[in-house]
Amino acid sequence: MCLAVPGKIIAIEGKNPLERTGKVNFGGIVKEVNLAYVPEAGLGDYVIVHVGVAISRVDEKEAEKVFEYLKQMDELAELQEGTQ
Amino acid sequence: MKYLDEYRDAQAARKFAGAIAKITTKPWVLMEVCGGQTHAIVKFGIDELLPAQIELVHGPGCPVCVTPLELIDKALEIASRADTIFCSFGDMLRVPGSKKNLFVVKAEGGDIRIVYSPLDALKVAEANPEKEIVFFAVGFETTAPANALAVRQAYERGIKNFSILVSHVLVPPAMEAILSSSQNRVQGFLAAGHVCTIMGYTEYEPLVQKYRVPIVVTGFEPLDILQGVYMCVKQLEEGRAEVENQYARAVRKDGNPLAQEMICDVFQIIPRKWRGVGEIPQSGFALRDKYRAFDAEKRFDVAGYSAEESPECISGLILQGLKKPFECSAFGNRCTPERPLGATMVSSEGACAAYYCYRSHTVILRAKPEESHSRSFAERRSAQDDNWKRQNVKN
Repeated sequence: MCLAVPGKIIAIEGKNPLERTGKVNFGGIVKEVNLAYVPEAGLGDYVIVHVGVAISRVDEKEAEKVFEYLKQMDELAELQEGTQ
Repeated sequence: MKYLDEYRDAQAARKFAGAIAKITTKPWVLMEVCGGQTHAIVKFGIDELLPAQIELVHGPGCPVCVTPLELIDKALEIASRADTIFCSFGDMLRVPGSKKNLFVVKAEGGDIRIVYSPLDALKVAEANPEKEIVFFAVGFETTAPANALAVRQAYERGIKNFSILVSHVLVPPAMEAILSSSQNRVQGFLAAGHVCTIMGYTEYEPLVQKYRVPIVVTGFEPLDILQGVYMCVKQLEEGRAEVENQYARAVRKDGNPLAQEMICDVFQIIPRKWRGVGEIPQSGFALRDKYRAFDAEKRFDVAGYSAEESPECISGLILQGLKKPFECSAFGNRCTPERPLGATMVSSEGACAAYYCYRSHTVILRAKPEESHSRSFAERRSAQDDNWKRQNVKN
């Protein structure tokens, strides 16, 4: 129910803030999405979309952190093994 | 797809699973709150990757599942009207009311349309001015901004033939209801990522302080969930209880302020009944007086319904993390996704439906229904653990 999918904004239109609308590309499928809640999101940005409404702009730096976390765990494990 | 595929990497998932096994010294019970997370856990077999000491129990986070029976009955009555087009998300159509479901009403001639967004329902209203258009506004905080936006747009554009049947529930009061129960087993939460996208996570601070449970805001892909489990177990093992955010690519501490403003303008907080659980104080939304003209319950005068749940269904216990789907005698025989007895089998995100779809090799394909119950859940966990060891010890 709370399924929300990331997609890339490829077009924006609409002057009324409540009706700001974009075309969002989800891996090849393009859908019309309301952008009223993400005024900071522009062309080329990724947004998280739920029931036709963008609810958040994807933070690219934060998106890398899962992998940085993994890398840190690896390095920590190597350090621990080295001291044993 | 970017921001999806990379979070499903099998090698990285095994690394996380190995790291979780390394830091786990005691048994811990964690609850993933959202049905989307339950679906991912069972679909990708994430629980089977975890050490046996970590038990994941499945939370109440499926709004389709917890919509009370009498509200479904009201939907059925409205949808049966000849002057009405009833619009809904697809997964509500199969949810059983007292006597039938929306699919049956559609088969009987009701004009019921599946829409992807409440804004699509508004378009249906504009295209059919001679008809009443009712949208079944079901959801958690995640969906509330979209439903609120549809009502606000209808209000501003003066669209008179549009209304919504509200079944909105809120996550933190349900978490508190679980934690305050004398039977509670949950020691840490994976909070629902997309709910927090809207609401942020400051409202979890009082829960963490009062009940001393770690709460980790968690996403929906396998790596998100494994990292969420890792962060939660780490806190438990270190004796900490804090709110942490695993899903920072989508969730900011204060959530989405514009969405919150819209929710606040359109909805007010009220007590709500949860299917399988009962009434929880301050746990849902209703339309504010300013928007009462858009309230389908008032427009069609369908108040005063009451309905009884199937006495055989244990969905209330499952929604509170006290039982697993396997432990119900009706599971997979008298209760299936095609003919659900209650809450947790009705939506694909309900725990019972997820087990039915993805665990059929262990649960459904049995010779006799009794046999699966003769095997205790502990035995099944032990078998899962052996499986996990086979997969991971050699790494």
